[in-house]
Amino acid sequence: MKCRRCRAPAVVDVRRHNAAFCRECFLRHVREQVRRAIDDHDMLQPGDRVLVAISGGKDSLAAWDVLRELGYDADGLYLGLGIGSYSDESSRYAHEYASRHGLTLHSVDLARDYGYDVPGAAVATRRAPCGACGLSKRHLFNEVALERGYDAVATGHNLDDEAAVLLGNVLRWETAYLGRQHPVLPAAEGFVRKIKPLVRLGERETAAYCVLSRIDYIVEECPMAAGNRHLGYKELLNELEDRSPGSKAAFLLGYFERAHSRFAGDAASERAHLRPCPECGAPTTGDICAFCSLRARATVGDEAAVELVARRTARGRSSGRSARRATAPAPPGAPTGAG
Amino acid sequence: MKVVLRNPRREVDVSGPTTVDALLARLELNPESVLVICGDTLVTRDAQLADADVVEIRPVISGGATP
Ligand code: SF4
Ligand SMILES: [Zn+2]
Ligand SMILES: [Zn+2]
Repeated sequence: MKCRRCRAPAVVDVRRHNAAFCRECFLRHVREQVRRAIDDHDMLQPGDRVLVAISGGKDSLAAWDVLRELGYDADGLYLGLGIGSYSDESSRYAHEYASRHGLTLHSVDLARDYGYDVPGAAVATRRAPCGACGLSKRHLFNEVALERGYDAVATGHNLDDEAAVLLGNVLRWETAYLGRQHPVLPAAEGFVRKIKPLVRLGERETAAYCVLSRIDYIVEECPMAAGNRHLGYKELLNELEDRSPGSKAAFLLGYFERAHSRFAGDAASERAHLRPCPECGAPTTGDICAFCSLRARATVGDEAAVELVARRTARGRSSGRSARRATAPAPPGAPTGAG
Repeated sequence: MKVVLRNPRREVDVSGPTTVDALLARLELNPESVLVICGDTLVTRDAQLADADVVEIRPVISGGATP
């Protein structure tokens, strides 16, 4: 195959675009797709400071790399999840990338800073590990970005991740989730802006970007992912894509263009009932936010947890933020949504 | 040729020459779910692989989607 742009020998084909590219032209193609996603959805303004959620995997490192290539002021945040050697290794890839390029990578460790880890939380709460993990990530990315004055949190969610989530939401007609599923979620009281700059790129493209840019990333899969519902959706969608290239992009990008606005109201009415969590200040519809509740259950038995539960029952005094800082000193860090 | 598969890491021997497409079909892998690396670069699906090549087939699907 020849490169569609310069006719040199191609190294990667993208069936969806019915095209193949040489290395240089492919890297340019990736940057153009990210540029277009940012512009189409008004993700970033000049001068914005971005916090990229870094997991050590291909997507988050590609997102960080491309944002920097496009000239954005982007720091990273690594979240230690405590998933055995998988976490140790992913941390190594994240830190190696940062130090090779002289970048700032904040770091938060669930066990060190909050007294629990993902496997423990899964057991204690009888939730699937990915549920506890995703909840922790969403909360901490937001919290760190607010505390450190970033304008937006960028995650490495790609076209395949989002198409799989969309399929799941449509199969169950989760209208509030559908209303929130968008490449950019604007800032609101207690929430920093969330952006997904890789939403126009498939994960085969983000992986190819890393290989061709010589970015080392963790290829091994998170051991907690096995049997995850979204993995099954991805396989189904890839079968469809194999038979009919372009299906995934038509499904997802068509949703953003023509259907998302129909569900936006469902998400907005949920937000109308938010108030600050008495423990941490994060917006919640409950008495205590889902993160504080998870943390309390996951750390039952140790002192911080006992104190937290006690305070929770004696609700009302609301200096949760400083109180937590007293038991859990030190700052931030955290990874991306997918894997 | 030596074919390296990941997750878990293992090696299989496949007799060549063959094309990338044919190799993936033989291993029953969806081309949309993998990258094929020969030597130190990516190769397209029509690329010819020689019997002496060392080929890595790297999955690109990552797991836990957290919306
Ligand atoms: S698969 Fe992803 S979301 Fe699930 S536990 Fe592992 S890192 Fe967390
Ligand atoms: Zn070219
Ligand atoms: Zn809280």
